[in-house]
Amino acid sequence: MSDFEEFQVTIPSDTAEGRAVQERIIGLLEAREYSMRDVFGVRLALEEALVNAIKHGNQMADDKVVKIECSVSTKHVRVVIEDEGEGFDISAVPDPTEDENLEKPGGRGIMLMRSFMTHVEYNDRGNILILEKRTDEPEEDDD
Amino acid sequence: MATGHRRLDIDEVGDVTIAKFIDKKILDEGNIQIIGNQLFGLVEDDGRKKIVLDFSNVEYLSSAALGKLITMDKKVKTAKGKLRLCSVRPDIYEVFAITKLNKLFDMKDTQEEALAGL
Repeated sequence: MSDFEEFQVTIPSDTAEGRAVQERIIGLLEAREYSMRDVFGVRLALEEALVNAIKHGNQMADDKVVKIECSVSTKHVRVVIEDEGEGFDISAVPDPTEDENLEKPGGRGIMLMRSFMTHVEYNDRGNILILEKRTDEPEEDDD
Repeated sequence: MATGHRRLDIDEVGDVTIAKFIDKKILDEGNIQIIGNQLFGLVEDDGRKKIVLDFSNVEYLSSAALGKLITMDKKVKTAKGKLRLCSVRPDIYEVFAITKLNKLFDMKDTQEEALAGL
């Protein structure tokens, strides 16, 4: 197996299609023996990102697609997810951990992505998301 | 009562209802809807007041599932009942901790601890 692998895929606005891409990427990480903790975090981030792109970005529209680019090596995975929605203002998403927001839905997906990935970046419009995870960093130990 | 495949194992211990998630992954929106309806039915249709949610089977859950749990917590509080979560794996507990939902929910390590004094 080669160390580096990349692919591009375009899917319709269907969460089952999104989950299939998620499984493909997870398979690449497992083949490279990423730790269970890293696989857990990347899977969770991909789930949140793809559901956001399909549901909130494309509004599940039949005529809109999601483009996904993925590159994986033994220590680094990078996924770019582009939807055809109007985008959103990332700074306008409320902090879900504030006491007054704790019982409200929303904002948690982005927070989980940021927490589990090394780097999370949206373009200005908010319709392209870059997710990166490096595995060669020392683990933070909060316990 | 909710329709669709059963997603929860329901047990009763005294006056406490234990609802154990059957799925390993609580991700799919359809599943999350069914689980939500089954949970809400415990409070709204069956009038249960003391509920323990057992997560021992759960390996993954998404923020959409967290949303349902938050709604469930509100419904139980409105009914003046008590809700506890138990047997949450470390990975999943981290999801609750990051989102600070471990402050909102009453979480116990084991089902025994969750049943004690409920």
